[in-house]
Amino acid sequence: MKTRLKLPDELGHFGVYGGRYVSETLMPALLDLERAYSEIKVDAKFKEEVNYYLREYAGRPTPLYFAERMTKELGGAKIYLKREDLAHTGAHKINNTIGQALLASRMGKRRIIAETGAGQHGVATATVAALLKMECEIFMGLEDTRRQALNVVRMKLLGAKVREVSSGTQTLKDAMNEAMRDWITNVRTTFYIIGSVAGPHPYPTMVRDFQAVIGEEAKRQIIEKEGRLPDLLIACVGGGSNAMGLFYPFLKDEKIRMIGVEAGGSGLETGEHAASISVGKPGVLHGSKTYLLQNEDGQVKGTHSIAPGLDYPGVGPEHSYLKDSGRVLYTTVTDKEALSGFKFLSQKEGIIPALESAHAISYATHMATTIPKDSIIIICLSGRGDKDIQVVANALGMQI
Amino acid sequence: MTRIHDKFKELKERGKAALVTYITAGDPSLETTTKIVFELEQSGADIIELGVPFSDPMADGPTIQLSSERALKNGMTLRGVLDILRKIRKKSEIPVIIFGYYNPFFSYGLKKFAEDARDAGADGVLVVDLPPEEAEEFKIHTDKVGLDLVFLLAPTSTSERIRLVSERAKGFIYLVSVTGVTGERPAMDYSLEHIVREIKNHTRLPVGIGFGVSTQDQAQMIANFADAVIVGSALIRIIEKYGHKGKELFKEISGFINGLSQACYHDS
Repeated sequence: MKTRLKLPDELGHFGVYGGRYVSETLMPALLDLERAYSEIKVDAKFKEEVNYYLREYAGRPTPLYFAERMTKELGGAKIYLKREDLAHTGAHKINNTIGQALLASRMGKRRIIAETGAGQHGVATATVAALLKMECEIFMGLEDTRRQALNVVRMKLLGAKVREVSSGTQTLKDAMNEAMRDWITNVRTTFYIIGSVAGPHPYPTMVRDFQAVIGEEAKRQIIEKEGRLPDLLIACVGGGSNAMGLFYPFLKDEKIRMIGVEAGGSGLETGEHAASISVGKPGVLHGSKTYLLQNEDGQVKGTHSIAPGLDYPGVGPEHSYLKDSGRVLYTTVTDKEALSGFKFLSQKEGIIPALESAHAISYATHMATTIPKDSIIIICLSGRGDKDIQVVANALGMQI
Repeated sequence: MTRIHDKFKELKERGKAALVTYITAGDPSLETTTKIVFELEQSGADIIELGVPFSDPMADGPTIQLSSERALKNGMTLRGVLDILRKIRKKSEIPVIIFGYYNPFFSYGLKKFAEDARDAGADGVLVVDLPPEEAEEFKIHTDKVGLDLVFLLAPTSTSERIRLVSERAKGFIYLVSVTGVTGERPAMDYSLEHIVREIKNHTRLPVGIGFGVSTQDQAQMIANFADAVIVGSALIRIIEKYGHKGKELFKEISGFINGLSQACYHDS
């Protein structure tokens, strides 16, 4: 199947995936949002405004860093890291929240809500809400508020209200359910900033477009440094926004291989993982049709990953499409392997990655020696690991 | 024409708005659900919405969320809902609408579900998160077997959407009374009457109003301008409270439904 590049269609479908599966109450709001987004998409002034904040406030462009020691240590292909960990708030999430918050402003909405897993999207949302003087409420699973306590404090310091979600599995999917319920209730006054390339149309497209700055910069930077395009791109995939952001601007260059790394948790054979694309089957959750971890009765399964940002049973619909079309290869890395990647990058490069990004690092360490030595790999280092110190210390038996 | 159509016709002649009652199949237990349906019918309910529990009920408030969790713990599945329906049909001809979120239907297989549901005796299906734009792949199958695919409208719906939904809907139109999730509410929105009138400009289908209805006063108010009064969370709260108290459960349901049913008569 040939990968089509001009997607989605006008109803938000990427092949058979995507779409808008929401209750009627939200349909008018989504249609409004779609209209507003298509207007600002071609509005030079809006673009300029977004670019201004990306540059002056978020610190873009982020470096494309040649990981020389990592490359030497592995003795394989040349490895570059796209340093999203150096963006303001410590992850790529800010690229999207700046765009959506400015759009919310344009639409006259003064209240912002968001879901968060690792807390990175929550922090990035609370940050722009403070910047643009908006009321902000963040929904976070109770389990995640425990393992990412640092980010909870950050959000509160930024002036956001953090709503702990104790229903269901108390992780990202339930936070998203609760954010949706809030949106259904307050849809007239509230803008919902979804943090991944998931949810109903136009979110998957809009978030992809705001995150595409990652890939656009990387493309420019690698040509400057190497005079040519890379051979392989690697990124972690939970909902898949950092991966989509890196991959999208390279999709039409058919020679460039792309790998999305999902959370293998305790191992696929244990059933405790979050490998939606690798193990799930198509279904409908949170407004779009996509690969979904579910039981034989169509009930959504609980997931497990050491990285809360990957701990989600679905995935962005465009990833489902890219999997079926064969354009992107999806694979998994276990908690244990991610921890090795985490230690490896910390010790070899002096960069402590987020546990989510450590999945991509770990896979790259295996991959680097299996391809020709003159190949170039770009890994999306989607976030920094400060938020994970407690979890990693526990996992490695260290005292804090 | 389904039992839903016949029921609305019959009630119109009797001067009553339909009392539509939602229960989650499998709450408090698989066996009790069937008995609850019979009790509802005897007490004056006209149409049953048989809820399929889902792990992620995004449009529901706490009462139905917890009810779904209990039902799932009891092992309820979509297959199980059809089993319950077959048992109901041995004794009753009350119109039944299978009510749920899309994924369990999608996972079951849309064509197979439509056929099995019809064979089990269902009259309609309502999928909360399936707006008309995405419904074609399901509707071709429900239309073929003669199941009514019921759609929602909301206070936020624009005229354009009211027209779209009115054109595609079958059975009746379910107007959500409030901008919000399911659950009881003290006050109803008085602009609803206006929306009902607008819907009626586009379709001859009956219009029912649900979300937040719990008292006889509310039922009576709605019955004055709509064709059906839909009650969910308030009934689920009774089931939550008395679910494991034997006969008391049926006494409570009977009292509650009787009162609402009386309130559904015009000029009552």
